[in-house]
Amino acid sequence: MEATITLRVDGEKHELTVDTRTTLLDALRDRLGVTSPKKGCDHGQCGACTVLVEGRRVLSCLTFAVAQEEAEVTTAAGLAGEGELHPVARAFVDNDGFQCGYCTPGQVCSAVGMLREAAEGWPSHVSGDLEGPVRLDDEEIRERMSGNLCRCGAYANIVAAIREAAE
Amino acid sequence: MSETRVMGQPLTRLEGERKVTGRAPYAYEHPLTDPLYLHPVLSTVPRGRLTGVDASAAEALAGVRAVLTPYNAERLAGAGDGEFAVLQSEEVSFHGQFVAAVVADTPETAREAAALVRVEYARAPHDVVLTADHERLYRPVGEDDEGPASDTEEGEVEAALERAEVVVDQTYRTPTEHNNPMEPHTTVAVWEEEPGRLTLYDSTQGVHVVRASVAGVFGLDPERVRVVAPHVGGGFGSKGEAHAHDVLAAMAARVLPGRPVKFALTRQHMFSLVGYRTPTIQRVRLGADRRGRLDVVVHESVEQTSTVQEFTENSAMCSRWMYAAPHRRTRHRMAALDVPVNFWMRAPGEAPGMYALESAMDELAQACGVDPVELRVRNEPERDPQSGAPWSDRQLVRCLREGAERFGWYGRDPSPRARREGDWWVGTGVAAASYPHLYNPGSVAVVRYGGEGVYEVSIGAVDIGTGAWTALTQIAADALGVSVSRVRLRIGDTDLPSASVAGGSSGTSSWGTAIVAAARAFAAEHGGAPAPGAVARASAGEDTVDEGYAVYSFGAHFAEVAVHADTGEVRVPRMYGLFSVGRVVNPRMVRSQFLGGMVMGLSMALHEQSFRDPRYGHVANGDFAEYHVATNADVRDLRAEWLEGEDPRATPMGSRGVGEIGVVGTAAAVANAVYHATGVRVRDLPITLDTLVR
Amino acid sequence: MRPFDYVRPAEASSAVATVAGDPGAAYIGGGTNLVDHMKLGIAAPTSLVDVRGLLSDRVEETPEGVLRVGAAVPNSDLAAHPEVRRRFPVLSQALLSGASGQLRNVATTGGNLLQRTRCVYFQNRAMPCNKREPGTGCAAVEGYGRYNAVLGTSEHCVATHPSDMAVALTALGARVRVLGPEGERTVDLPGLHRLPGDRPERDTVLEHGELITAVELPRLPLARRSAYRKVRDRASYAFALVSVAAALEVVEGTVTDVRVAFGGLAHAPWRALRAEEVLRGRAATEESFREAAEAELAGARTGPDNAFKVPLAVNTLAATLRGLTAEEARR
Repeated sequence: MEATITLRVDGEKHELTVDTRTTLLDALRDRLGVTSPKKGCDHGQCGACTVLVEGRRVLSCLTFAVAQEEAEVTTAAGLAGEGELHPVARAFVDNDGFQCGYCTPGQVCSAVGMLREAAEGWPSHVSGDLEGPVRLDDEEIRERMSGNLCRCGAYANIVAAIREAAE
Repeated sequence: MSETRVMGQPLTRLEGERKVTGRAPYAYEHPLTDPLYLHPVLSTVPRGRLTGVDASAAEALAGVRAVLTPYNAERLAGAGDGEFAVLQSEEVSFHGQFVAAVVADTPETAREAAALVRVEYARAPHDVVLTADHERLYRPVGEDDEGPASDTEEGEVEAALERAEVVVDQTYRTPTEHNNPMEPHTTVAVWEEEPGRLTLYDSTQGVHVVRASVAGVFGLDPERVRVVAPHVGGGFGSKGEAHAHDVLAAMAARVLPGRPVKFALTRQHMFSLVGYRTPTIQRVRLGADRRGRLDVVVHESVEQTSTVQEFTENSAMCSRWMYAAPHRRTRHRMAALDVPVNFWMRAPGEAPGMYALESAMDELAQACGVDPVELRVRNEPERDPQSGAPWSDRQLVRCLREGAERFGWYGRDPSPRARREGDWWVGTGVAAASYPHLYNPGSVAVVRYGGEGVYEVSIGAVDIGTGAWTALTQIAADALGVSVSRVRLRIGDTDLPSASVAGGSSGTSSWGTAIVAAARAFAAEHGGAPAPGAVARASAGEDTVDEGYAVYSFGAHFAEVAVHADTGEVRVPRMYGLFSVGRVVNPRMVRSQFLGGMVMGLSMALHEQSFRDPRYGHVANGDFAEYHVATNADVRDLRAEWLEGEDPRATPMGSRGVGEIGVVGTAAAVANAVYHATGVRVRDLPITLDTLVR
Repeated sequence: MRPFDYVRPAEASSAVATVAGDPGAAYIGGGTNLVDHMKLGIAAPTSLVDVRGLLSDRVEETPEGVLRVGAAVPNSDLAAHPEVRRRFPVLSQALLSGASGQLRNVATTGGNLLQRTRCVYFQNRAMPCNKREPGTGCAAVEGYGRYNAVLGTSEHCVATHPSDMAVALTALGARVRVLGPEGERTVDLPGLHRLPGDRPERDTVLEHGELITAVELPRLPLARRSAYRKVRDRASYAFALVSVAAALEVVEGTVTDVRVAFGGLAHAPWRALRAEEVLRGRAATEESFREAAEAELAGARTGPDNAFKVPLAVNTLAATLRGLTAEEARR
């Protein structure tokens, strides 16, 4: 079964006909050639496919493209203007927050979404006080970024990068 | 090398901006027109024969271009009967083997059609369980075989054990572990009938390695096979050779000439098709005097391999060089089971082997009442125990003692279960690390002067996340005496000069040596004022390592562990590693390599285990939800440092490899800390709360 | 994956009519569980009815003080809601201990209640599984067993329920509002989730076509001192081996009221009524806590791989109640 949908990706509007089975991730990678989000597990178990939908971090592998009609999708490639780097992405480079780079666009999108969540005062699993203000210390960053696996083990540098970008 | 102005500088990754934006292309992502998509069908029995494959429903599906089965697949010229013999017979040798494949216009159709292929089997009895006394154990390397000996024996082991004042005799087990790089193994294959040329966009640690294997399998002139891999999403060994999926993708491409065939394995596929670390059962016997001076070391390892293809994990080898003891025996035995083909996983041999040896050393320290750091120092060999050669640069004692200072080791109460902080039992542990310096001869580099001060340096090396793009540029800049901005590095393509695999922590050593040789050749041929277009080519020598010396890297791991008094949950609040690896080419990236290895070691200690179901032969927990690797929250205060130095006997850069040593010994440091925290000695990895909850 | 139609009805009633009238149809909300299962081939709907846009995504308080959570409220928003954090910390904590930030942003309240087991044999179509294919047998009983249930199991199924949120809601006695072709009904937790018995293919009491529209949290002052403790293999992003949701009131050293539910032990979130009974009126001491937990676990049936769950559950409940007692003492 096919459906014609409109996706807005990194500020660009695309009209395309997709198989209803096509996930947002596959629509981006296979249909639109937007390969910034990566496929690491295709089942919501690694975070490599993280993008921002309406500013919220989500896993693009676990949603069908047809369900994202008219959605505003931002990938790591679209976080900043052409030739610029988003401050979080810059901090990942400066702090060597990656090695192979495959989980990295997902990490960067996740970090951007996470910083917004923290700014809105959302608590996390490690927040001692559910009702108090969020202090984004290393323990908080680690917990909030744990949905993004990094097999190269760049976690310490990822935390440093986000700490720097958050300041 | 005389001057090092760029080497040693902490440059950020040259490809960094492309990676953080996701613009660096990995194997699946090269823009190609009109691709097709492959989805495989895997065997669901561990052993037997196919009695029929009914592909009619799959073939009837709109958009299906081909269904490959053993009944219609091309007969391969040079696959032998090993891992590359894809769809060559009805034989099923393990659960999760390729038995068919669908190629279709879209990934959705390919996957749907693959599910419609009906496969019938005649099952045969199977055996997938490794035991210490398995009836089919054999000695993997015979007297006349090449490769490191399976067995070594010096002195009189049994007599020495008999008379030893203190004996540790324990068995340690490590489970099946899967590499699980974040980028699933991927091959995009294009076959052009005229002139008969195969191109593979591949997720690999060695483009020339894959070319040689694939050309051999299909009986093609290697010049007609091109392998491209500018960026690779990790490998940790599993991408160190071609695997069956490379062959399958190429077979499909040859059926559909002119169309790129994209084949990305799923995460689940990776648990049967791209290698793994064998489980090990290691018996270690140490005999010492009361002061902890070793007289005898016995390290015997039982491992598995597949019936399809043999791979040996030399887990006991580390006991041949680590410590002084006049009497020593190492032994490897293996059983070929009905399981997938095992292969390299980061520090094959040393990672499981040093877990066992360094756990036993901790037990010896405990038995003798000697500080574990001091115990190791007391057994420091003056020369390499196996060869008698002098060490090129053995810094284990410094790593242990300075590491202990920097970690804050001293002053600890050595008795177990003595430190309680709130709900947590806290302990510390130490273990040594070591990895041999490996060098692969024969890599070739080409230096070409492009004019205006810019040099193009070409070598078919691969950056799997190690930092090769940057480190090789730095090496080239120093070798040419120019700044980094004057070097254009080209890697990751068999159209470039031949390079060895990114494996065994040998990449930078082997490729860097070739680049230095090419730069020297360039200077000799063209002098200081070359004309634009001037070219020089050089090969790294057969063995540049100084033969008279034993060349190894060393290190020491320190871990602080907290074990929850109620639940047995294990956390690692602090981990510190101090290493000696010769000259550090790029401190930023070398540090990342150490940290990454340590994280994998932590993950090995606490999380990783592939549970192979004895009844069905498959890995029951074969995905990222159930095969746990460490998350960000599992890694707390993690630090890695190194001793400044250089080892010109190892490479012209003075450097040794850094990719693997971080994972060696880490699990033992954690296990030893768990013992110190709780008094419970866990000898089976991973250490999960099951064994600690009371 | 089998091809499917995708429809987005304008109203809940028409969604219900569509699904109720088509055995191959299924609702999709956030999709984090269903898309996963469709890829694995363990769910194969021929028609998907997207209900996200037509169910409430708001948390509202009724005049009676009931907190009404729309079925489309994402887990993240529910966890962060000020009233939930203040009045039902156990629920916030349970939600925050589950999955990852990205998943919580999409997974819905209704969908989370209907999350299916993570049993590795259920998830693998090549394996026998009575839940996936009734009558084929249970591969888990003698297989990879660390996650297997120990309470309320049957010879047909030893799967555990994976949701953290559902455990907290079970302790809180939440009420689930359901719309079906015959109209609305309310199912009180723990009545939604079934034990496997001889019909392990049925996770809940809902009939095909019934749609969860909201979850109601009745007033429960007790819940202000409540906590969720999840024990798992990793520090984050892992399913529970054992979890405890508890609310406790202690007056002058005596337990006056208590609510307890366990996760990771059974096919359903497990309301620990026996433990609650043992505790009420007893001194809030380690001894009582352990005795209560042991009473609840007395009927546990274990194998070699999951025997650890019994001491783990006892210790975890005791620790959670100990923590709540200390918290109460600090006030």
